[in-house]
Amino acid sequence: MNHELTAHESMLLGKALEGALDEAEKREFEVLLERRPELREEFHSIKAVQEVTMAMNFKKPPEETWDRYWGGVYARLERGIAWTLISIGAAVVIAFAGYHAVLAFLEDTASPLLLKIAVAALVLGGAILLVSVVREKLTLRKTDKYREVIR
Amino acid sequence: MDDVDHNPEADWIRLARAGDKEAFGKLVRLYMHQAYYVALGFLGSHEDALDASQEAFAKAYGAMKKFDPSRRFFTWYYAILRNHCLNMLRRKSIRPIPFSELQPEIQARQASDDQTDGFLYRSEIHAVVWKALWKLGADDRQLIVARDILETPYSVLAELLDVPLGTVMSRLYLARRRLRSAVEGLL
Repeated sequence: MNHELTAHESMLLGKALEGALDEAEKREFEVLLERRPELREEFHSIKAVQEVTMAMNFKKPPEETWDRYWGGVYARLERGIAWTLISIGAAVVIAFAGYHAVLAFLEDTASPLLLKIAVAALVLGGAILLVSVVREKLTLRKTDKYREVIR
Repeated sequence: MDDVDHNPEADWIRLARAGDKEAFGKLVRLYMHQAYYVALGFLGSHEDALDASQEAFAKAYGAMKKFDPSRRFFTWYYAILRNHCLNMLRRKSIRPIPFSELQPEIQARQASDDQTDGFLYRSEIHAVVWKALWKLGADDRQLIVARDILETPYSVLAELLDVPLGTVMSRLYLARRRLRSAVEGLL
């Protein structure tokens, strides 16, 4: 059962657990435990769990892990450049092919007028959507206080 | 005297911001152990921790121009790594390393000194606490792992979390409280 704690109480208990209380805080801590015996019990059970976690340790990874580590990061940097180039190339090719396909369709006299209007509406709608998203991203970038945090 | 006091890290950061991969490589080698263990605290498996810490370094390289050189590199990198780990945790279910893969010396010590403690043997208590750690939120778990298992100093934790020292201890206490509840839930 967890009892309600104020921010100051949790800081006091935290400092006590980590052995970081000064003299004044030690007195305050003792008064707190006198006043609230349920916290004394909680404090001691948390300390017991802390002793267990402090006795744990991770197995060290093999030494080759560190020898190969930078190589793994470097490969990711290269792949990042490759993906950027592929994305740019693909965007240009798709835009070019799309433009010519739409143009050819609109110039085709055999296609019904209604279908041509529908395709033109689709293209126009897509373009407006793209401009809107890009504009929103750019505005957000200027005002986003978390822009330095890479997600 | 200047040569003795000179900190090469500042030079590596300056060069890396200008696109020098070798200089960035030196930064990576300097912080790779710390990065790996932070990721291990979040993700709990060797492969995921290795992958996440390397991927976060690659992201950091791509964003080096945004890095403010007046800050510590690892504090900035930690924010990138933490976000990457949280994204990984959201995307896939993580399987933490089994308790049997914790440091062998600890296991050996327990085997020779395996007394009962209440209803459970000590090694069983360790296993229960380890399992309970994985019932906590990622930030709680990482904080406890960083402090207790990796012995990260409070001052470093305060810097990484960008909070005062007292707040680190308060957060640790609340995380330990939730851990204790999780342990009780498993007993």
